[in-house]
This record gives sequence, structure tokens and C-alpha cells, in this order.
Amino acid sequence: MKLKFHRKRITGILTVLPSREVTFEEEMENYNFSVSKSMKLKMAMGYNKHRIVEEGVCVSDLCVHGLNFLFKNRMLRKENIDALLLVTQSPDHFMPATSNIIQGKLGLGTDVFCMDINQGCCGFIVGLMEAFMLLEQESIHKVVLLNADVLSRKVSKRDRNSNPLTGDAATITIVERSDSNAVIHGFLKMDGTASDALMIPAGGFRLPASEETGRMTEDTAGNFRSLDNLVMKGDEVFNFVQREVPPMIEELLQEAGCPREKVDWYMFHQPNRFMLHKLADKLGVPREKMPSNIVENFGNSSGATIPTNISFNIGDRLKQEQYMFCLAGFGVGLTWGALLMNIGNLDFNEIIYY
Amino acid sequence: MREKIVSILRELRPEFDFNEPLDFIEEGMLDSFDVINLVTALDSEFGISIDGTDVLPDNFSSVGNIEALLRKNGVKA
Repeated sequence: MKLKFHRKRITGILTVLPSREVTFEEEMENYNFSVSKSMKLKMAMGYNKHRIVEEGVCVSDLCVHGLNFLFKNRMLRKENIDALLLVTQSPDHFMPATSNIIQGKLGLGTDVFCMDINQGCCGFIVGLMEAFMLLEQESIHKVVLLNADVLSRKVSKRDRNSNPLTGDAATITIVERSDSNAVIHGFLKMDGTASDALMIPAGGFRLPASEETGRMTEDTAGNFRSLDNLVMKGDEVFNFVQREVPPMIEELLQEAGCPREKVDWYMFHQPNRFMLHKLADKLGVPREKMPSNIVENFGNSSGATIPTNISFNIGDRLKQEQYMFCLAGFGVGLTWGALLMNIGNLDFNEIIYY
Repeated sequence: MREKIVSILRELRPEFDFNEPLDFIEEGMLDSFDVINLVTALDSEFGISIDGTDVLPDNFSSVGNIEALLRKNGVKA
């Protein structure tokens, strides 16, 4: 689906990362793999260290911490928030919505429009699109978009397919109306026929968690996980991304009449370095324009990786300057989407720790 | 080209003889992570970037298939 948005802008990005950092070497002995092979894997995929929450820490804890930081430092005022949009796959509870919990914990007004969206790796793109649509309402001037996940709590420590790359994070993106006439071009696609490529099989109503679903079993590659854990068909996901994402980006650029060299930054979701290098090469984009260093420093935090990428790799420069960004997310659903937009002159763009 | 490919494979999995006419994937000589390391090594050795859509098990199941893949990606025999 092609989408166009008018007179919208991002005015601030804050990334909240857990203080706890775990290195690949510390966890290597959990995997059913030789040390030399693990090290080769580390090199190819860009595994190094990741940030994961302490036991019991939930999405609302990270979000409330970040929002209180913004209030305390007068970077955001409570009374100016019209909508609180949370994109997560790891809500505090099945019900109520975690955005409502966050609203309550912060003491926000009852006029705040709260909504949870279940999206993962494409969650920043879907969240921004939803924020732009909310801003079409006369009474909504400022949307707080929260992308947060604590999926390390659902990944088996003995699963070398998923554990070394998983990270936890929350990002807060402020979205508002703009006076600029610049059009934001977007693209979004979904394919539910492959919905089992990335999933947590048990724990919902289809297969409630039980002693049976919690039992660890070994897969053909030597990974141990239970039905309560996240499972990823890595090969299928890789092939889907390589097949679908480049033509989507080509079409997006063509639709916008924007030559690829006019894009300053290709800020893509961060599954692993190998996948991003292949995407950059396929698109004919210099690898330095498509940073791939989030997994090696923090881990893959689903919908939070794109704003984390922007905070980590551009930081304060985005407070004084403006660049043309191509943002792209792809993963669970399956869902893939992209946005082409100017981002700059932000009120804030930084990383804090919980 | 063949010698270089076999040398890279031997470095990756020294316990196997890649001159044997076996299906490297079916025989368990290469798994998906080996394939990623192999692609990275081939890219570096031959100065190319193998297309991401070609990173499929069948393309790495024999030295002949790897040779064909490299030729497709611009490597001259």
C-alpha cells in the first residue's frame, strides 16, 4: 500500500536502554556450538554485546522512566500530550492496554488518546503512520509514540538463533504537525500467510502456557527452547527480507522522485550486520549510509531499533541539522514498510539508561 | 576458482573433505551459519557481493554450484 502524509514532523527522540549489558562471550557456553564456530558467527552477524532488562522489568517501566526524564528536564510537558501510542509485542498484561497503564502511572489527563499496537520489527514505521493519521484530528497536536519491547524475557538463553541478537529498549518519539509543504512518502505491506516465521507459540488463548509448553526441547540445529519462547525461522526471514525490501525501497524512491544518492541516511531495522550489508549492496547504497552497528552494541529491540539507530549514530547533530531519511522496518507478521522523510532540528535526540 | 573455494570451505569446516561428491547441506557439512560465513569469505576473496536473494542452501550444496553462483555474480573462471 502506498501512503502519503502532509505537514507532519518528528520533533524529538529519546532512547531508553537497560543498564545491564551482557557480552556474547559470557553467554557462549549456553550454546550447543564449538567456541571457534561461535566466534565466526559473532564476526559474520555482528554479535558482541546486548542490553537486557533485569528480571521483572516491564515495558511500562522503561517508558515511564523515559517520559519522567523528559518532564523533569522540561523537554516535554504533560499537559501538551494529546495521544500516547505504544507499539509493543511484550505488554505488561493481556489487559488492560499498557498505554493506559503508562497514562495512569504518569497522571496524564483523561483526554489523552491511548492505544497499543501489536507490531514488532516494522513497529516504528507503523507507529509513525498511525501518529500521522491521529494528527489529522483537530484536537490532536502532539503524539507521543512509544516503541518498547522486553523480549529477552521470552527468548531461551540456549537458543543461539535468537538469544545473542535480542535486546530490550524503549524509544520515545514526539510527532507533531509541521508548516513544511514537504510530502512524506510511505509504503506498507503485510503477509499473514507466513505469520509463523516469527512467533511465540504458547501463552495466548490459542495455546495457553502450561507445564507442557514450558518443557525445553532440542531442534535440529541444536538449539533448546520451549513453546513459551520466541522462535524464529531465520532462513525464511532472511530470504523474505532480501526478496521484498529492495524492490519496496526502489518503488518508494521512484514514487517520491528522489534519486537514491539524495538520501542522507538509510536507517533500517537492525536484525544483524550481515543482512544489512546485503541490503545496502543490493540497493547500491554505501554501507556507511546504512548503519549496521545497533545489534553489536545493544541488540535487536524490535520496533525500537530505528530510533535507537538515529539516537546512537547521529545524536546531537540532528538538533542543529536536517537530513533526508529513508526509514525501513521488516519482520514479524510478516510486515514490511518504509518512509521517506526529512528529520532534523530536533528538540532532543539522546540515549539514557534505566 | 575451484581451489580457492575448496580452501575456504576447508578453513570453515576442517573436519570434512569438500572434494568428495557429496551434498554439503544434506550431509550436514554446512549449516545456515556456515553459509553466512562462507558468503562473507567468498565476497572478500573475490571482491564481490553475492546477491542476498542467492543466499539459498542449494547454491552452496557443491563446489560446482558455488562456482556457478560466483560466475553469476561476475567472477570470471
